[in-house]
Amino acid sequence: MQMVSHDIVIVGSGLAGLRAAIQASIVGNGKLDIAIVSKLLLMRSHSVAAEGGTAAVLYTDEGDSTELHAFDTIKGSDYLADQDAVERFVRLAPEEILRLEHWGMPWSRRADGRIAQRPFGGHSFPRATFAGDRVGFYEMQTLYGTLMKYQPIHIYEEWYMTDLAVEDGICRGIVAIDMKSGELVGIAAKATIIATGGLGRLYGFTTYSHTVTGDGAAACYRAGVPLKDMEFIQFHPTGLVPSGILLSEAVRGEGGLLLNNKGERFMQKYAPKMMELAPRDIISRSIVKELMEGRGFKDPSGLDYVLLDFSKIPKERIMERLTMMVEIGESFAGINPNEAPLPVRPSAHYSMGGISTDIDAKTMLRGLWAAGEAASVSVHGANRLGSNSTIACLVFGRIAGEGAARYVQGSDQTVSISQALLQREERRIFDEILGKEAGEDPYELKKELWETMDEYVYVFRDEKGLTQALHKIRELKDRARSVRVQDRSRNFNTNLTGTLETLNLIQLAEVVVNAALLRKESRGAHARVDYPTRDDINFLKHSLSYNAVDGPRVEYIPVKITKWQPQERKY
Amino acid sequence: MQRTEFEERTENVSVKVFRYDSSSIKKAKFDTFIVPVKKGMTLLESLLYIKERLDPSFTFRYSCRMGICGSCGLVVNGKEKLACKTQMETLGKSIEVRPLNNMPLIRDLVVDFSSFLEKHKKVKPYIIREDVDKNPDREFKQLPEEVNNYLIFADCIKCGLCYSACPTNATDELYLGPQALTQAYRFIADSRDDGQMVRMNIVDTNHGIWNCHFAGSCTDVCPKGVDPAFAIQQLKTLAIRKSGFLKKKRPAAPIDKRREIAEHS
Repeated sequence: MQMVSHDIVIVGSGLAGLRAAIQASIVGNGKLDIAIVSKLLLMRSHSVAAEGGTAAVLYTDEGDSTELHAFDTIKGSDYLADQDAVERFVRLAPEEILRLEHWGMPWSRRADGRIAQRPFGGHSFPRATFAGDRVGFYEMQTLYGTLMKYQPIHIYEEWYMTDLAVEDGICRGIVAIDMKSGELVGIAAKATIIATGGLGRLYGFTTYSHTVTGDGAAACYRAGVPLKDMEFIQFHPTGLVPSGILLSEAVRGEGGLLLNNKGERFMQKYAPKMMELAPRDIISRSIVKELMEGRGFKDPSGLDYVLLDFSKIPKERIMERLTMMVEIGESFAGINPNEAPLPVRPSAHYSMGGISTDIDAKTMLRGLWAAGEAASVSVHGANRLGSNSTIACLVFGRIAGEGAARYVQGSDQTVSISQALLQREERRIFDEILGKEAGEDPYELKKELWETMDEYVYVFRDEKGLTQALHKIRELKDRARSVRVQDRSRNFNTNLTGTLETLNLIQLAEVVVNAALLRKESRGAHARVDYPTRDDINFLKHSLSYNAVDGPRVEYIPVKITKWQPQERKY
Repeated sequence: MQRTEFEERTENVSVKVFRYDSSSIKKAKFDTFIVPVKKGMTLLESLLYIKERLDPSFTFRYSCRMGICGSCGLVVNGKEKLACKTQMETLGKSIEVRPLNNMPLIRDLVVDFSSFLEKHKKVKPYIIREDVDKNPDREFKQLPEEVNNYLIFADCIKCGLCYSACPTNATDELYLGPQALTQAYRFIADSRDDGQMVRMNIVDTNHGIWNCHFAGSCTDVCPKGVDPAFAIQQLKTLAIRKSGFLKKKRPAAPIDKRREIAEHS
């Protein structure tokens, strides 16, 4: 089987992956052989869907400070974030904003030409740096364009990673399918960076792109790398009904309101101080409570919803800063938000958990780094603040790129993947999965998974529902062993890659639900109806899920606390 | 999250799709599928219905389903569209779906973007200026009106619709195309950029701006309102100014070196 080799291979081409590639190239002074592998064309990654802002402290003269940013992040995390990691994160954030600015980012500006910022949920200072309401998109285009300056970086576009290549306890690269030729190829590397994003397509009602399927996290899990804090999934309060498409927190940052069917600003009851700008976990719970108590509206799709009202935002501001919200309202709900409010409900949006890394983005496996949403350092703990994810991708993408580059510079050994491993993977993909004559329909499995997760692993959880979900997921896991790929072509076989994605999702669903069952408290985005309060005595700790024969094995490690002692979270 | 079941009204629509596999010797063909269409259903959802329920070998690209990733460009009923941003009810009862034009076919609706992306790279789509990696602790000021000079062109999602609709791309394989030319202008119009002359030399060529006949189909199909036709016209204006400027650079003879021979003739 064919094998190629590089110094560094980066899997995933979102903000974290591209930022890692550029940083590795800068550190290596153009002398390192760097490759990016993406299952999509590079600039199609889900990071383009980030909308509202990127948090960083820019105006200390006006009262902001990294200390405040750190505290907001830690309080928002319900004290599950590692405080040493957060302190480093907020310190490196401002430089990323300016770097992007130098590279061409069209940041929105104040009248005097300096970079503008807007308020965002859970932040005590308006520090969400923005470019209209398509921040992630412009950041991606800026990095994508700038990457061309740092050529030669070898780009494997539309190559799907099937697994990590781990031998003798060292990560030696990955195995991937070149979708255009259908060939399975070993891509050996001295250092591998996983930046494959989240796993939100566990859910049917979600803000995520169809392609966010946790491929990197699942591959790491199979290789014995633990996944951290997987029970914490963020539901964005304002997913457009019925599609789930994201309506930015910027709408509320600019003055948008949430209303129930009585026309009340119901956030008054739940977060009287910060109202619509409370953190996302709190707002999502408030919306679901309103819906459960019958103060919502009903969509023809069967989904109930509350309203996101734009009427208090000045029209000029909407046309200047929220243009994509208008485009989305008109295209996907047939409503112009200038004229009528949009129907919203909480939509699966972000995974606080991920591949467990240390503060340097290194995993427990030698030669392997992880960054962005795929990883969990953790700076987001049990609940991420809005506008902290894009900046985490940039900061930890940079750290991972730098760490991998320095590691490679320190070693002159060549690296390769054994033919035995490659042939084993070839048999798994082409004989065991592609070769089956009859079996389960992968799309049916995905549909049942979505229904299960939407129903039982949503904003509120309890023992009964989670047990039922785990039972169902184990059934899906069994059935998935005989999954059938009908399309036999080797040319751009998305039936095959789609099936591999679904297998990854089922594997990760088990980890998420199992960890959720074991965490018998309510913290951040993990709200247990049967354990409604935070329990610092028993659960002020990170969960680590390891792959074991009969399902995930969970261990716990302590949270790093530097100077902020846990206190009650009020907004 | 409880979904109450509603009896949603559906209407059968016949969707004719282009089929081709570059790895097989069989010729291209069309297959027709019947899709039950609900109110609010997009073309992408219909294509997914075909793939997931009727024929898993049907192949197309898609990802964000919200009109921002640029994956799902195609030609439907003769016009370039993003599948995810197209409502089925705007397309009638009988629909024909083809891959984008002017790019090599790979499979069904999947076309090869390599030369499109190569052309984008050619125009140097990044800030060119000497101190770009210096001064990491300060910003380059830019007034809101200076941002507005290029912002609309920065909205390009590289979906390839303009490239497919462009009549020049159809006849000149080397033509840079509306997408790349617009990106050249996007950076030229950016007050932070010093790369104007470098980029003008790339676009002021036979296969560059002068091959644009101003048909305007690029602007017509752009799903993000980018207006490539306008950007290309701006580049033409700059090119004309540049050539005038270059002529002026050849200095006239200084007055004190007047040649005597002229006085005698």
